[in-house]
Amino acid sequence: MTIDLPTVWALVIALGVLIYVVLDGFDLGIGLLYPLFPREHDRQLMMHSVAPVWDGNETWMVLGGAGLYAAFPSVYGGLLSATYLPLVLMLCGLIFRGAAFELRAKAQRTRHAWDVAFMGGSALATFCQGMVLGTLLQGIPMSAGRYAGNGMEWLSPFSLFCGLGLCVTYACLGCGWLIGKTEGDLQRKLYALIRPLAVLLLGVIAVVTVWTMLAQPQVAARWFDKDNFFYFLPVPALLVLAVAMIFRASKRGLDRQPFAGAIAIVFLGFSGLMLSIFPYILPGSLDIWQASSPRSSQAFALVGVVLVLPVILAYTALSYWVFRGKVSTDGGYH
Amino acid sequence: MTFSPSALDLARFQFAFTVSFHIIFPAISIGLASFLMVLEGAWLKTRRDVYREMYFFWSKVFALSFGLGVVSGVVMSYQFGTNWAGFADYAGAVTGPLLTYEVLTAFFLEAGFLGIMLFGWRKVSPKAHFGATIMVALGTLISMFWILSSNSWMQTPQGVSIQDGRIVPEDWWQIVFNPSFPYRLAHMGLAAFLVAALIVCAGSAWHLLRKGARESVRRAFSLSLWALLVLAPLQIVVGDAHGLNTLKYQPAKIAAIEGLWETHEDGTPLNLFGIPDMAREETRYALEVPRLGSLILTHSWDGKIEGLKSFAPEDRPNSTIVFWSFRIMVGLGMLMLLLALLGAVLRRRRRLYEARWFLRFAVAMGPSGLIALLAGWVTTEVGRQPWVVYGLMRTADGVGPVSAQQLGTSLLLFVVVYFAVFGGGIYYMLRLLGKGPQPVVDGDPRPLPPPALEHDPLAAALGHRNATS
Repeated sequence: MTIDLPTVWALVIALGVLIYVVLDGFDLGIGLLYPLFPREHDRQLMMHSVAPVWDGNETWMVLGGAGLYAAFPSVYGGLLSATYLPLVLMLCGLIFRGAAFELRAKAQRTRHAWDVAFMGGSALATFCQGMVLGTLLQGIPMSAGRYAGNGMEWLSPFSLFCGLGLCVTYACLGCGWLIGKTEGDLQRKLYALIRPLAVLLLGVIAVVTVWTMLAQPQVAARWFDKDNFFYFLPVPALLVLAVAMIFRASKRGLDRQPFAGAIAIVFLGFSGLMLSIFPYILPGSLDIWQASSPRSSQAFALVGVVLVLPVILAYTALSYWVFRGKVSTDGGYH
Repeated sequence: MTFSPSALDLARFQFAFTVSFHIIFPAISIGLASFLMVLEGAWLKTRRDVYREMYFFWSKVFALSFGLGVVSGVVMSYQFGTNWAGFADYAGAVTGPLLTYEVLTAFFLEAGFLGIMLFGWRKVSPKAHFGATIMVALGTLISMFWILSSNSWMQTPQGVSIQDGRIVPEDWWQIVFNPSFPYRLAHMGLAAFLVAALIVCAGSAWHLLRKGARESVRRAFSLSLWALLVLAPLQIVVGDAHGLNTLKYQPAKIAAIEGLWETHEDGTPLNLFGIPDMAREETRYALEVPRLGSLILTHSWDGKIEGLKSFAPEDRPNSTIVFWSFRIMVGLGMLMLLLALLGAVLRRRRRLYEARWFLRFAVAMGPSGLIALLAGWVTTEVGRQPWVVYGLMRTADGVGPVSAQQLGTSLLLFVVVYFAVFGGGIYYMLRLLGKGPQPVVDGDPRPLPPPALEHDPLAAALGHRNATS
């Protein structure tokens, strides 16, 4: 029996993207929540809560990109050509925000400017990532395995909505993370904030789902297929349950459940998307077998994934463990 | 002459611009990470505060350059898909997996342990912290391994076949360990160590010039000069071996570097200076030394070197550029050797920390490692043109379906963003270097916070001296 390498790679990349969305999602979310917390004390706490880990979080995006490049090069070329400008803007956002982590603490007169860079960079990067996702979902025009669009498909109402939707997603994750890392006054504000965010996020997922089904009959057909329907039904039910969990936790002052609830929502939303498009990797044009790189490439890179990914997960967990518990303002090294 | 750049010109310029900014930061990080590993090891062994003080100071410089390296590196990894989709499509089966290995074995290692290294002093034991420092240093070296393997394979490709107009990997061992890889890896590795040693040397000399320098400054200055004394001559030997390898696999590059047009049957002269003119097919105002070219490049008096005229005009790299970039690199290398040798002489005479002319020379040499590195990079990258995968794919065929307008817009964005962010980053790095190491308080592994009022490096340095004397 030979292993179906494209399927394995699709799973690896999906896992990488999911981990990225959760991890970099919450630290980008902190940048999105920043404007609501103008006090320097609060901002320092927010920064310190992610300073030791944000770099590792962002690496998952590079893994997703590199994995796509190695295993499905035509998708990499097609997606990146179709979403050129949003990607360039996303990179600019990530540059401003990544530099702000280091430079904010070293600046004195220009600290305010680096605060703006942190907020603006986070918002820009998140919004653009959402637009890239939206462009992928609505389908990228390809012919003979190469991109065949006009470079402006990303500018559609649907992808703009996805941009806003991802901002809500990351803000919700960031809020949940911060509840776990803070206490007192700041935490009370965050508790009040997470309830509307969770409801908003549920609404966003509903709109994206319905919109996708209306625009792409084959997605709707898959969900309302007699056999699939009952398998898929738990997804929306569990979504509502996760939101209820966040409400309950914020009322009782439980400080880990909100983040867990937010992760659950993201996981379910992400699974919903995967269920809608698999085995297509570019909906409507390329499935994972058509898009695969040579077997020798996929096999070679997979050896590395199998050997190294468990180790990465282990020391990433170790790093989070070392920095567990509530954050304080003197935790920085600056 | 009118200038209306094509998509190819813009993509090439954008790549050159972003990679030139990017390469500065990893080069500093690679060298400093190993330096930090040595410092922390010395501290664990001797428990002398001077090493810990050095560690704290240089780890701040490291953190800054590492952060800027990460953010500029993310841009690089996406550019293959955005601007060079043709290349990604043709050669992605080789370069994609190599990049994946870099992410898996290096990026995560660095990022995962960097947090512990910078913020974990009071969270883990000293030995565990040392372990984290070693992992970060190891990560920077592994990262260099993969990226240079990929770059070297593009320069000297092997181990692949071509099917349906795409490259298919056949033998990964041959791909990773391609003919120019060992030379490039050694040359780049030494260059990164030289970059860091020169920055440590110049930063320390700056404080020694201001008097009242701390023990940790003197120690860093001394260590960096020992490092230069070993690295500079070694780099010349490795560079020479790399040259022989290039002559074997990329003869057109060597001809362009030498500004050599004719093939001499009995010993090739060396053009010391001159202006290679691509249109007139000659090197104007050439200052030649007979037979020296053969001696240096083939290690014999009458070794034959192909001149540029042996190659079709469309296969020739731009000699005007690489002729000079190569000479800048070599000239700075010679100055580095001079600095190291003078340091050794002064050390014997016990005047290492006092000779002000020497300290000024050391300060002036601070950026020389970076300039030489960039010049060397220009030499090797421009010298391999017009090929992106040598002999297999032309650079012109590598651009993607992106329009010149989009490329122009993104280029403009990158230029503005890079100058704002990395300009700021370099400013803070210089300010940090100007501030110098601070004393560590016993029991508290963190350095003292700087005095609140002082904003500029000079005042901070002076204020600091008053506080401790």
